[in-house]
Amino acid sequence: MKKKFLPAILLPLAVSVGFLLSNASKKADHATPEGSGLIVPAGFDAAIVADNITGGVREMAVTPQGDLYAKVYRIRRGSNGKGIVQFHLEGDKAVMKNSFGNFAGSGMYIKKGYLYASSDNDVYRYKLDANNNVINPNEPEKIVVGLIARIEHQPKAILVDDNDNLYVNIGAFSNSCQTEDRKQGSMGMKGCPVLDSAAGIWRFKADKLDQHYKDGIRYATGLRNVVGMDWNKQDNQLFVMQHGRDQLNSIFPNLYNDKQNAELPAECMYALKEGDNAGWPYLYYDQLQHKQVLAPEYGGDGKKSPAPGFIEPVAAYPGHMAPNGLLFYTGTQFPEKYRNGAFIAFHGSWNRAPEPQKGFFVVFQPFKNGKPSGDWEVFADNFAGSPEKAATGRADRRPCGLVQGIDGSIYVSDDTPTKGTIYKISYKK
Amino acid sequence: MKLVHIAATIALLSVSSVTFAQTKAKHAAAAPAADGKAIYGRVCITCHMADGMGVPNMNPPIVKTPYILGNKTKVINIVLNGFNESVEIEGNQYSNVMPSQDFLKDNEIAAVLTYVRSHFGNKASAITTTDVKKARAAKKKK
Repeated sequence: MKKKFLPAILLPLAVSVGFLLSNASKKADHATPEGSGLIVPAGFDAAIVADNITGGVREMAVTPQGDLYAKVYRIRRGSNGKGIVQFHLEGDKAVMKNSFGNFAGSGMYIKKGYLYASSDNDVYRYKLDANNNVINPNEPEKIVVGLIARIEHQPKAILVDDNDNLYVNIGAFSNSCQTEDRKQGSMGMKGCPVLDSAAGIWRFKADKLDQHYKDGIRYATGLRNVVGMDWNKQDNQLFVMQHGRDQLNSIFPNLYNDKQNAELPAECMYALKEGDNAGWPYLYYDQLQHKQVLAPEYGGDGKKSPAPGFIEPVAAYPGHMAPNGLLFYTGTQFPEKYRNGAFIAFHGSWNRAPEPQKGFFVVFQPFKNGKPSGDWEVFADNFAGSPEKAATGRADRRPCGLVQGIDGSIYVSDDTPTKGTIYKISYKK
Repeated sequence: MKLVHIAATIALLSVSSVTFAQTKAKHAAAAPAADGKAIYGRVCITCHMADGMGVPNMNPPIVKTPYILGNKTKVINIVLNGFNESVEIEGNQYSNVMPSQDFLKDNEIAAVLTYVRSHFGNKASAITTTDVKKARAAKKKK
């Protein structure tokens, strides 16, 4: 993997290519949802503000000056080889100001005068000046180093709270902790060893250099893989979205059929406290039976309950839709019902085959007093390009990161490496 | 569900053989190709998808790549051993775990690989049960 990145980074030609922004050509039709291709509720407007950010965009962060930092997911040949792009947001345009950082990755967060960014193994930070521009783009501080990233769930989602704590998701390097990963009939490893160094949220200090595993604590465990996370200010608590396990039908064809596999298990939202255990790999949440179910790798039959002691999700969504972005809306631009509710970007499924795929949309989950309240609804749809493209999984684009702009608009990234689009959704009425 | 599967497989088998018989009477090897399709639908489709194009960033396509079209032993070994490394195909990176499918019988592996190598726009030679048998024996010796 590493070997394959190097030539892309070093390619001299890449420097001159740069990023292609579509502002000029698409300016005229930006103002309508038709122009962006997205379907949004009445009164809302969606626009493409940046496009062709080669490598795709994962998480984003916005400054009070109206700049947007975007984390580039993959460094590809033909790109300019940079892992972070800084834009200035002007109306329905994002004008590129700067690009730096030679590492691919996923996490992007701004807190107390620093821009935090993650690669698949490390967390870095860049000091910002009074205008929130990066002071020394070539010399970030290394905050956390040496985190596990094998060939599943490598991206590290990050967040910094008000007390200088840095939360890092370390995804499981396994689907369900089988002795032989993803193999038909292989049973779960006793005392799943993956949990020692992954499948949880680790907490480090946000301002201490060169931290390793031993310098952090495993804040919450039993979370297979988290990409979307946000701090809920009403609860003063970390909320995360878990990607549920795959392949119930292909690993245990005697227990699960294709239709059951398509829906199960739920993609879950958890509200976390220190020490919580969400139960992976020993259980999954079945949103149709409304209960935790013992994983078949550990003796489950699709009905049996696991041992007690695991936290319950606060909300559950259909299987495999891959929640990659979570944003609590604190703006005032959108109508009242959206305030303090959650937007969730569902990247879109692959593991529902041969049933139709699902997701490729941004969902709104209403909240009341800091808890999910009422049914979720699709807020922004058609990232895939058409219902057929969504059903077959051949999506044009996939929503990933979510961030709120200073005027209360929200921005949605697309991490398709060949596309790399940023959308703006605002309320116009 | 199983009954439905079996029924569907039988239906596919008969439809394919009829079609093959009508359009390509010379192809005596139509039967294993039909088997291969059923096995693909049962074992491979989850990750590599109905069109063989895989899943971006995760599961690689099996269409027109040297991993599928190249050396027979190599592709047989991928099925027998699984495939646990990141690969780059046409500038795109793919990274996920493919488990060993060694629970499939030699003739099943031959059929599914022959199917994959001659569908989705692929054009490569058939893989025989003997080819798979040899590869499995070589693996055991190691």
